[in-house]
Amino acid sequence: MNGFFGQFGGAFVAETLIRNLEELEHEYERVKDDVNFRNEVAAILKHFVGRPTPLTPLHRIPSKLGGAKLYLKREDLTHTGAHKINNALAQALLAKKIGKQRIVAETGAGQHGVAVATVCSLLGIECVVYMGAVDAARQAPNVQRMKLLGADLRLVHAGQQTLKDAIGEAIRDWITNVHDTHYLLGSAVGPHPFPKIVADFQSIIGQEAREQIFEAEGRLPDYVVACVGGGSNAIGIFNGFLDDPEVKLIGVQAAGEGIESNKHAAPLVKGSLGIVQGSFTYMLQDAYGQILETHSIAPGLDYPGVGPQHSFLKDSGRVEYTSINDREALKAFEYLCRTEGILPALESSHAVAYALKLAPTLSEEMIVLVNLSGRGDKDMNQAIEGLERLAQLELEGVTV
Amino acid sequence: MSRIEKTFAQLREKEEGALIIYIPVGYPNLDISESLIRAIAESGADIIELGVPYADPLADGPTIQEACLQAVNNGTNLDICLETVSKLRASGIDTPIVFMGYCNSFLAYGLERLAAQAVEAGVDGFIIPDLPSTMAQPWVQKFEPHGLDLIFFLAPTTSEERAAAVVKQGSGFLYCISVAGVTGVRQSLPNELPGFIHQIRQQSTLPLAVGFGISNAQHVKEVSSYADGAIVGSALIQVIKQASSETVEQDVRAFVHQLKSATRRVAVERV
Repeated sequence: MNGFFGQFGGAFVAETLIRNLEELEHEYERVKDDVNFRNEVAAILKHFVGRPTPLTPLHRIPSKLGGAKLYLKREDLTHTGAHKINNALAQALLAKKIGKQRIVAETGAGQHGVAVATVCSLLGIECVVYMGAVDAARQAPNVQRMKLLGADLRLVHAGQQTLKDAIGEAIRDWITNVHDTHYLLGSAVGPHPFPKIVADFQSIIGQEAREQIFEAEGRLPDYVVACVGGGSNAIGIFNGFLDDPEVKLIGVQAAGEGIESNKHAAPLVKGSLGIVQGSFTYMLQDAYGQILETHSIAPGLDYPGVGPQHSFLKDSGRVEYTSINDREALKAFEYLCRTEGILPALESSHAVAYALKLAPTLSEEMIVLVNLSGRGDKDMNQAIEGLERLAQLELEGVTV
Repeated sequence: MSRIEKTFAQLREKEEGALIIYIPVGYPNLDISESLIRAIAESGADIIELGVPYADPLADGPTIQEACLQAVNNGTNLDICLETVSKLRASGIDTPIVFMGYCNSFLAYGLERLAAQAVEAGVDGFIIPDLPSTMAQPWVQKFEPHGLDLIFFLAPTTSEERAAAVVKQGSGFLYCISVAGVTGVRQSLPNELPGFIHQIRQQSTLPLAVGFGISNAQHVKEVSSYADGAIVGSALIQVIKQASSETVEQDVRAFVHQLKSATRRVAVERV
């Protein structure tokens, strides 16, 4: 059936939204191969976003830890500081083509919100961003950036006051303003055609990385590692390598306070099948289908569902999904800063942490490519607090 | 003939519209929930839409969101909803009852098991706002053999072509959404509403019920002049919310009675 990856996906939404989803799919299919549209997107990605982003070989970490070579795909170096802008820009141009004058978006870490506010400012479109009040409190710099960029930022006090609740409010806004508004969903989640569109617009990460690793090493990497919340940066880089069975793909979810603690955000590791925010996919739910609370130090990973294509890739065995906890992510955050001079987002630190565990177990000829999906400026306060807490625990002799 | 069909046929003869009342099970609490539902049936509701509370109801506005969350926090779950229907039926309530809830509540329970238990309890059908007809085939296959109606939505944004497909799949009645938006009390009904209902009427012989924003007796009277049923939810929840625990049942009876007396089919001048 249309809009499914195997059994996953679909469009489980209110009837009122169907026309917009059909219109979006139709317009997307019409323009995606249109030369003018592609050129317009490519030009802005080059001259405004700063693509292609570099592929950075790491030198000090491999010499300290031994094992495989490490490369980082530097999405943190895009304008606005994360991969989110790839999709925000292309979708906003698409919305403009459809004739929508108003864009609503959700944001968790604030990176998608900043990206949307930025492209709306660039293209002259009215912009409303919904953000959970808890997320807003822990990502204050991004809140200020969105306001400065002219976005109408609306805090969501419902539910857990994080990403899921922000998506809920954005969807309700869209249902109400369906005629003039485009919902610019920031991850590869939600109803069809969003997972497909977002994945397509993020595939540039994988395309570039594939070319760059060939240029640097003359061959494919052995592993590609990316963090997975909704899963847009991961699907973007995986898409460059899905058809190369010799490349192992690893998706890293947030284990929060521990994967066995029930305080995590890892539906692909510990979840079950259900319908969440329009899509049939792995999710965290109780016996009666109520969505469970999630926990992660990284707001961008703090989500109870996951893009349906990831569920498909898990069941097909093409991608292996694992998890990294808050403590491991914090340590990787600090280690990358100290050792390589790169400040990663807490989300991306999950992928880095996994690579730091993996690389020393591999031989020196092997190559691990990590998608560094965003930069960590937004996380400074939280990360420093977290690291101080860890240091205190260590002083007290608690094993961390 | 199903209970729902029979109800609409009888009302047609009496030249009355159906009053359809929504209330979540477990609201405002589990102690009085069942007696409130009974009061609604006894005060003239023709069909009861029993909410299976879901904590993330994407098609609902703040009033129903809050009520559902309260019901979930009270410990209400699908087993309790089924039990509530069994008790209502055992006490002689014969009003058609449909479950209104979100996909994942039903999916998590298991559709096969749910269909069997719903029929046994005395549920007549399902209204599932996040199940558009295009996704519904597997659900229809599970529910239809049990004689359960699956009630689909039509929105002002539904294209004519799509509406033609939706009406073929629906049974019981069609739920016509008055306005693009979420549920919630509104001041007035949209001007386009009679035209929208008229257009669907050309495409289907199923009874047409209108919901979203139907907030008072005047709205019910107007809707009853061109549609077969009026659905009221948020407005009743506000009545319950504002009532004291001593008067809540009495207030609910009075409100439902007032709405029901507005369903007599008369021509209404739009002002």
